Amino acid sequence: MADGNCLISNEWICGEYVRTRGQELTDATLEHVWITLASVAIGLVVAFPLALLARRWRVVAGPVLGMTTILYTVPSLAMFSLLLPVFGVSAAVVITGLVLYSLTILVRNIMAGLASVPEEAREAARGMGYGPLRLLFGVELPLALPALMAGLRITTVSTVSLTTVGAIIGYGGLGNLIYEGMRSFFKAEVLTASVLCVALAVVADLLLLALQRLLTPWARKSRKGTT
Amino acid sequence: MDVVAKAWTWLATGSHWAGPDGVWHRLGQHLFLTFVCLAISCAVALPIAVALGHIGKGGALAVNISNAGRAVPTFAVLVLLLLSPLGTHGQWPTIIALVLFAVPPLLTNAYVGVREADREVVEAARGMGMTGGQLIRRVELPLAFPLVMTGVRTAAVQVVATATLAALPGGGGLGRIITAGFRLTDTPQVVAGAVLVAALALVVEGVFVVLGWVLDPMRRRTGRRAAARLPADQAPQSPALTA
Repeated sequence: MADGNCLISNEWICGEYVRTRGQELTDATLEHVWITLASVAIGLVVAFPLALLARRWRVVAGPVLGMTTILYTVPSLAMFSLLLPVFGVSAAVVITGLVLYSLTILVRNIMAGLASVPEEAREAARGMGYGPLRLLFGVELPLALPALMAGLRITTVSTVSLTTVGAIIGYGGLGNLIYEGMRSFFKAEVLTASVLCVALAVVADLLLLALQRLLTPWARKSRKGTT
Repeated sequence: MDVVAKAWTWLATGSHWAGPDGVWHRLGQHLFLTFVCLAISCAVALPIAVALGHIGKGGALAVNISNAGRAVPTFAVLVLLLLSPLGTHGQWPTIIALVLFAVPPLLTNAYVGVREADREVVEAARGMGMTGGQLIRRVELPLAFPLVMTGVRTAAVQVVATATLAALPGGGGLGRIITAGFRLTDTPQVVAGAVLVAALALVVEGVFVVLGWVLDPMRRRTGRRAAARLPADQAPQSPALTA
């Protein structure tokens, strides 16, 4: 019984809690990860064509940027509540809300990245006979990667944190544990879930940073002035 | 959409607006919390940010605090504060959480604004014999004003959003209409509450956009330069430039 003491005395840090509820914690973390991954992935898939459209036609750029800014202003609790009648109680509510939030930063950063591509690089590629598609994916997209990845990192970190609010409808990953712990005044549960959530955000950020380094090897060389 | 019609009916029902659980009272709580916390945050963050920007130190702090603010879930902080010894002290956990999340945008934007005030102008002012205090008041602050206001606006919207979440651990404000709706499984009430919260957030954003424009000390003097500065104003929000 001595080991169970921290559960009974309701302490903030409780090894016994982590040991006995390991499964619960793993499940919540996994739910958190897949909700985040799905949201960011869908966000990217939606943001990319939007950014291309906004770049192609200036008329589209204003409304697209305006709409995404307005969406970003809506508080998360309200966003999920507004989507509730559309999807019913399901993970789709949380994921759709998070996708809408992610668009603000992703669209802006993809546009900034594409705008930063030097005109000479485009000209050179055209001169080499690149068609529009090959130009986009072979030249422009790689050169836009640093800005895109910066946006992706910011989006991922805030998505991890916002997912917790999904607890209001039971799809909040680690947020569910925080919500449950709040109702039962269970300190160890709240603190453990919160710490895991921050750790998840940090790990995701570092992974994306590593991916960026891997995808843009020329960025490291250019700092030394070789290119 | 049946729910939309029912939510509209909910909003149109006078009894939902009156009384201690009514919209007016909740809106009052929300606005009170927003303004008190925004005022405290500005009082804490702006002097520090301006001082750091003036002496040109602490740039890493300004950026990192902003990143940390993004990674830490507001909901977690609200609940942690509620369960801490502070939890028994009425509104204090909510107020502290709101201030904590309003400080990063204020600090980062004001710091960048002062730091990136046109160096040539600052040098010229210094050459004219301005003291540090004069430099801040007459040169750096007016030049940094658009960015400082961007920070205040972002912080205000953040406070409105966090105050909504504060309803989950039992704080006041419009979020209570949403959480009460969830408890009663009354979806129209949830949607009605969400519409009110979203409208409030947009109005607050709009008010600060207008305030920023009207109060800008550089607007009348150099209208064209202010317009040219617009893209730079969004720099801290545009992660491509800060990362």
